[in-house]
Amino acid sequence: MPADLILTVAVQGILTGLVYGLMALGLSVIFGVVRVVNFAHGEMMTIASYAAIVAFGAWNIDPLVSMIPIAVLLFALGYAMQAVLINPFINRPEHSQFILLAAVAIIMVNGLLMIFGPDARNVLVDYALDSIEVGPLLIDKVRVITAALALVIAALLFAFFKLSRTGKAIRACADNHLGALVVGLNVKRLYALTFGIGSACVGAAGAMMTLLIDTTPNVGPAFTLQAFVIVIIGGLGSMPGALLGGVLIGLTEAMAGLFFAPSAKTMFGVAILILVLLFRPQGLLGRRV
Amino acid sequence: MSIKLTRRQFTATAAGAALAAGSAPFNIGRAQSGTLKIGSIHPRSGFQAQLGIACQRGIDLAPRVLKQLGINANVEIMNADTESNVDVARARAEKLINDGANVLIGAFDSGQSAAIAQVAEQKGVPYIINVAAAPQITEQGYKFVFRNFPTAPMLVGDGLNLMKGVFEKSGITPKTAVFMHVNDTFGQAMGGAIKAMAPRFNLPFQIVETIAYDPQAKDLSVEIAKAKATGAEMLMPVTRLNDAILMIREMVKQRWEPKIVMSPGAPGFYEGQFYKTLGRFSNYLLTNVPWYNPRSSLTQKLLDEFTKTYKGELFELNVGFSFEAVMVAVNAHNAAKSTAGAALADAIRKTNITDHVMAGGPLQFNEKGQNVNIKSVTLQNLDQRPKVVLPLDIAEDNLTLPLPSWTKRS
Amino acid sequence: MIARLIEGVPRRALILLGLLLVALLAAPLLVGDYGLSVLILVLYFAYTGQAWNVMMGFAGQLSLGHSLYVGLAAYTAAALYVHFGIGPWLGVWIAIVISMAAGLVIGFLAFRFGIGGVYFALLTIAFAEFTRVGFDHFTWVNGSGGFFLPVAQYSVNDALNLRGSPTMFYYILLAITALAFVFCRWLLTGRIGYYWLAIREEPEAAQTLGINVFRYKMIAVAISAGMTALSGVFFAFYYNNLFPEQIFSMNRSIELILGPIIGGVGSLFGPILGAFVLTALAEVLNDVMVALGYELPGIKLVFYGLCLLAVVMYLPNGIWPPLRKWLGLGERL
Repeated sequence: MPADLILTVAVQGILTGLVYGLMALGLSVIFGVVRVVNFAHGEMMTIASYAAIVAFGAWNIDPLVSMIPIAVLLFALGYAMQAVLINPFINRPEHSQFILLAAVAIIMVNGLLMIFGPDARNVLVDYALDSIEVGPLLIDKVRVITAALALVIAALLFAFFKLSRTGKAIRACADNHLGALVVGLNVKRLYALTFGIGSACVGAAGAMMTLLIDTTPNVGPAFTLQAFVIVIIGGLGSMPGALLGGVLIGLTEAMAGLFFAPSAKTMFGVAILILVLLFRPQGLLGRRV
Repeated sequence: MSIKLTRRQFTATAAGAALAAGSAPFNIGRAQSGTLKIGSIHPRSGFQAQLGIACQRGIDLAPRVLKQLGINANVEIMNADTESNVDVARARAEKLINDGANVLIGAFDSGQSAAIAQVAEQKGVPYIINVAAAPQITEQGYKFVFRNFPTAPMLVGDGLNLMKGVFEKSGITPKTAVFMHVNDTFGQAMGGAIKAMAPRFNLPFQIVETIAYDPQAKDLSVEIAKAKATGAEMLMPVTRLNDAILMIREMVKQRWEPKIVMSPGAPGFYEGQFYKTLGRFSNYLLTNVPWYNPRSSLTQKLLDEFTKTYKGELFELNVGFSFEAVMVAVNAHNAAKSTAGAALADAIRKTNITDHVMAGGPLQFNEKGQNVNIKSVTLQNLDQRPKVVLPLDIAEDNLTLPLPSWTKRS
Repeated sequence: MIARLIEGVPRRALILLGLLLVALLAAPLLVGDYGLSVLILVLYFAYTGQAWNVMMGFAGQLSLGHSLYVGLAAYTAAALYVHFGIGPWLGVWIAIVISMAAGLVIGFLAFRFGIGGVYFALLTIAFAEFTRVGFDHFTWVNGSGGFFLPVAQYSVNDALNLRGSPTMFYYILLAITALAFVFCRWLLTGRIGYYWLAIREEPEAAQTLGINVFRYKMIAVAISAGMTALSGVFFAFYYNNLFPEQIFSMNRSIELILGPIIGGVGSLFGPILGAFVLTALAEVLNDVMVALGYELPGIKLVFYGLCLLAVVMYLPNGIWPPLRKWLGLGERL
């Protein structure tokens, strides 16, 4: 097999993986702090994608620009969801939380179907089909841009959690829930903030995703699963872990597609998940609980 | 025993049939026995929603268009949604029959159609399949199941035959090809048929690589990179819609420019969404697929009505076959003068409609309930819409090959 | 043994159960063809929900991948029948063994390494997904092309080969569901039921008390997977066509567990009630939509989602526990 083919596929896989990583980052943040499984994660991303599509269709706004207001919008959605729906469920058993969010997911998918219909929608910016030549390699321009942005957003988020007061308080909440209550942190508000931040991440990812794939109301559940796989592989609550997990999945699937049957490539992603769960259940970069 | 009809023979048969007194395809103005209740059952939500809705349009237009033609179409359409799910399809079929449906029409998808077929057979209610290619459905010995759509082997047989015509006409004969297919029920049926039938067709090219991909694929970059690396001169894709878009977009990005891109008989390239999304990059792609006969006056009437009703939507084969299914049902109802299942099934079996929408011979069913007269045509996307380029007698435009470079398109 | 089964159950509960059974036995004579097919669906979900409930409701292990066991068993029995002519009554045992083995492998991997809660749930989804894609490529059962059982119109019921009318399927399913109900009651009232309760509520304490937590979790998984296998075999012979995309899908797993969650996790009658309520809801919604002539794809499922949301928010333990209290049926059903 020619080396430049392998290299091209590897680079594409890594770039795609970074965008997946950004999507999973939102989930990791929520999961790591609130300890609630957001089963509507992919569906929330689809909402963001549709927002970007509407913004482009109505006002011709590039998704890379509209992603900022969309992130804000999703922040509000996430905040509201946590405050209204999920906070009362914090101490409920996991299956109860699951069914709550599964119900939200069903409503979202079919609500989008009612509003936008079943047709695949996308955004056609004029650079959508451009490629960059790097030596013998031909790299998709949109993937390079989105992957770079994913890294920037991850860095911003990382800085927020490390440096800002609120970020530190949220981390304290995640590390020691009881302790956070004792020192007088408003845990419910912090939870809602976290959910908002995680949703904003997925909002940005959703807007970007319109440049890479077509959106239909039904893509949500697949992304939810994908995000979970990535988060578990990378390590629960670990932000670099989410990106690493994304890259690993992107790369593995690309390589599996190249060397084995492309139709079976998702099997390899799942196989990695199973291996990680068995040998390093806390995830590659997660801390042992 | 497929019958190949030239344009002239086609007209002659039609005229002959019209002359034969009493055996006119439609018993215009005859006394009726009540209203025929047609249960239309399609995936109108779920992942196949787009296509189910396209089928539904053909059904909804049918009574109006038939009436314009002076055909006594005393029908009531009852709708059901399979939610793209086999179990729901089965339950909805039972419900439709329970609510008094005399005939069922559906269901675009092979799995759902197979489930509905069982119910229809059990209840003795005729079921006309408008779109679904899995060959097994008409191999079960059913008495009440009819299919006005080619099976996967029929599609592939026609598809491969037409390929030779394309090579001959264009003077471009590829020596190597890549076969890419979606790995779902339809894709696998097509893949199996190609594998089994290709040797018999004495094809000029060799299939150097077969690439199957996941129906839920969101990204085909690896697949295209792999295909490009083979340096094949032709791409033979079997796709659905979304993956067809992904595929071409990825080809443009990776600047893979085989001489010919020709589907042996699959959806994707000829659908409205495809043109909207890909614009100029949709042009020059070829599909060998059953299609409406653009020279038929009935097609023109239906087309007019369609464009009036569904502005901006594309008229394609799902609409045509769905319309024809209603036509078959109405015709049988008028002939049987009854809404009883057995009488209708007998009448459907005797169907012989020469003037219809889709290209090919008269609309008839064999003893298995399969219409074997359907013929594929070669479509080429020109000016961002599908045009018949072969066979020449119904061609709308000239075949243009090789595929021009992606970067040199205006 | 029978004494143990009915101990502590109020007489009126027994009478009500008896009446329900009689009603279900008589139902095929009363409800018509369509009603019967709906009832088959109800019983199918009731039985499968009951099987899932053993794992989640009794032993506290959340599985979101039960479609794996349904699918494996369905394919096993169907393939044995089509390829070797082995009838379903023999094939079902092999199917049960295979499903149990799959469950035990997952259980072993998870419980050995102390994977619990959400992680366990994800592992179950992951295995189901893995198998789905695997079966897409499994040419012996025709891969994603779908696997078809031969179908014909049957004038006589061939119960030996599970070929026949819906009424036959209905009674077989009713028998299975009733037996499963009694079996679960037997499990719950035995020592194992109390061990499970301990493991579910206080795993650490159970361990300290000397309960072999690993072993009893494994037993729960094996029983649940084995019971689920039966619904798989039923599915194969009732529907006669199998597609990996459908039978192993995550949606299918979720569909299976909605009933017991709505009805009441951990209760005996909850899964049955849940299946009735959900199916009835779906039917009513469908009728309302048709009656209104309102055809917006998706609206039905939105409403469905809202109903789910309402139940889970306002009836945290499901519908059955408060209903059971209101009917004065004690705490044990």
